Amino acid sequence: MKYVDEFRDPELIAGASREIRRLADPGRHYRFMEVCGGHTHAIYRFGLKDLLPENVELIHGPGCPVCVLPMGRIDDGLFMAAQPDVIFAAFGDMMRVPGATGSPLEHKARGRDIRIVYSPADALKLARANPDRHVMFFAIGFETTAPSTALTLLRVRAEGIRNFSVFSNHVTIIPAIRAILDSPDMRLDAFIGPGHVSTVIGCRPYEWIARNERKPIVVSGFEPLDILQSIVMILRQMKDGRAEVENQYARVVPWEGNRAALKAIGEVFELRPYFEWRGLGFISQSALRIRDSFAAWDAEKHFLTPGVRVTDPKASQCGEVLKGVLKPADCKLFGNECTPEHPIGALMVSSEGSCAAYFNYEHRKSELVTVSA
Amino acid sequence: MTPVLSKIRFRDAQIEMAHGAGGKASRRLVEGLFAPILFEGSQDPLGDAAFVDVNGSSIAITTDSFVVKPITFPGGSIGELAVNGTVNDLAVSGAQATALVVTFVLEAGLPTELLEAEIRAMASAAHRAGVVIAGGDTKVVEHGKGDQIYISSCGVGHRISGITISPKTVRPGDRVILSGPIGDHGITILLARGELDLEADLRSDTRSVLPLVQAMARAAAPGIRWMRDPTRGGVATSLNELVRDCGLGAVICEDKLPIHDAVRGACELLGLDPLHIANEGQFLAVVSQEYAETALDALHRTDGGEEAAIIGEIREQPAGTVLVSTLYGSKRIVDMLVGDPLPRIC
Repeated sequence: MKYVDEFRDPELIAGASREIRRLADPGRHYRFMEVCGGHTHAIYRFGLKDLLPENVELIHGPGCPVCVLPMGRIDDGLFMAAQPDVIFAAFGDMMRVPGATGSPLEHKARGRDIRIVYSPADALKLARANPDRHVMFFAIGFETTAPSTALTLLRVRAEGIRNFSVFSNHVTIIPAIRAILDSPDMRLDAFIGPGHVSTVIGCRPYEWIARNERKPIVVSGFEPLDILQSIVMILRQMKDGRAEVENQYARVVPWEGNRAALKAIGEVFELRPYFEWRGLGFISQSALRIRDSFAAWDAEKHFLTPGVRVTDPKASQCGEVLKGVLKPADCKLFGNECTPEHPIGALMVSSEGSCAAYFNYEHRKSELVTVSA
Repeated sequence: MTPVLSKIRFRDAQIEMAHGAGGKASRRLVEGLFAPILFEGSQDPLGDAAFVDVNGSSIAITTDSFVVKPITFPGGSIGELAVNGTVNDLAVSGAQATALVVTFVLEAGLPTELLEAEIRAMASAAHRAGVVIAGGDTKVVEHGKGDQIYISSCGVGHRISGITISPKTVRPGDRVILSGPIGDHGITILLARGELDLEADLRSDTRSVLPLVQAMARAAAPGIRWMRDPTRGGVATSLNELVRDCGLGAVICEDKLPIHDAVRGACELLGLDPLHIANEGQFLAVVSQEYAETALDALHRTDGGEEAAIIGEIREQPAGTVLVSTLYGSKRIVDMLVGDPLPRIC
């Protein structure tokens, strides 16, 4: 496969792995956070930890949009789904995320009209095909998915479609990184920067991390070679005593981002004064709400949203895992009460959630030290 | 027989789509609810077919039902699946299908033209597979209460001489053979639904695997320990069932897996693992080390077996686990399918 196989070349990967071992000072411990859930998934899927020396530790960051959503937002969405003639449309990742009264999938099995869509444009297609029903699109994601929601709303307004609304749960990445850095129990040396988000926002928004926090950040692609190369770039910076923003994923990420996408976001959305993140609590100016000029299509205004706040199950430690303070397997519920089949927290649901990735690919591997193949 | 209530472990409050997806939830439902009540005395209630004694001869029997949507897709249709699926369940149990009986559940309003096309598809699939359709039954439900056509088929067969299939006979060092490229069926269906704006030159792999199983049996019968057709839940789920049943582990080499580029590409885009995608014309076999190459040669020399490969081996450890050895020498665990495959969003 073009643009994939080149970045999975076993020899190049072995070379990058050797280079990491060469650059890493055996006398110190490195803690790098991969911000994006897509990276977490790739790290486990390709078994990249096996290719790193023990003193290079990867900490999973908060960049999984499903995982950081507080449970109450799901219950709000399911409340909307329960209103007469409503079709609830969401990405597949949302379907098994538990709310206080069950997941969207469980509500679907009980007879609610809940559909998986692959884009907001597909949700709009549903609205056109069902003019006597109201389609509510449960929008989630960082700046990666916000432009497609924005463009859909622009189209909806232009066409004067009335039976469609968006429940915006879009969040922004920079405040989350800031919250992580402000957290007293975090000791991070550098960041593997998010790839997809950066295609939209570009690399400039990270400059303060290098400048003020003196931590290297390398925006990275998602193939095994991309991630290893980013780690090489970070280690080189540290060796040289530099702290800079570097772009490993230049084949996709323009330094300045995507102006058209940013313009669409700005036209449709504005920053919420604050938003609750699972595990990180309330973070100011960290999420997007729909501007008043699009109020007719804002599900939070269309429905009398109860604004449910639900605390996470007591024993779960999703927050600590999300912040990178705990490893998935250190949570008391991991693998016992909380499994991908019966998830208690969203981190166990999404393929980008660190608990699910750990459970699917890594769990039990520690018992297998004797295995070689 | 009185059910052993203490063995009823299924606690899910309601049935969901995942219970029919062939992965973990399906297994929990069968093991936790059906088996303790219905199959208390049977030998291997979770195998693809059961052997029953009828007047001193051992007869293989199995049943399968088909609810695929859409009912026709590139490379096949529901009628063909209903024949091949049952023939294959018998074949991978070490039996040659003799006769099928079929049940149609039709939705009122179904155009006769569509029904006739499916009946014809079944007739020609049965002809190709060398099996007789001995009888059937038809029921019609109200419009809106079904989805065009559901077909259930039940097959009987006799044992292919020389093979006995049981996970208990699997030993460390045995090789895992896969009959051909994986994922074609599942991805074809996903694309045929037209919900994704994706196109690919792909066809379902639906076919009878009996000729391949027979060729392998002629060459290597004493070495064949276990077989399964990796349908819903894919290769990963079938192998996980095997390692759980035999108490051993399996290591699969990623670079040995036959996968068409179109399937790899679609899986990359959708965030799916080809090892979890359904197949309708492939089978997995565990063959002893000494017979493995012979078995593989026999497959390679048979029509449709050209892409067969030894994809891995059975290990003592890690017991109960399937490991994939990646192209880069790292390892990851592959579990059974959980839920329905969900596409990623970013």
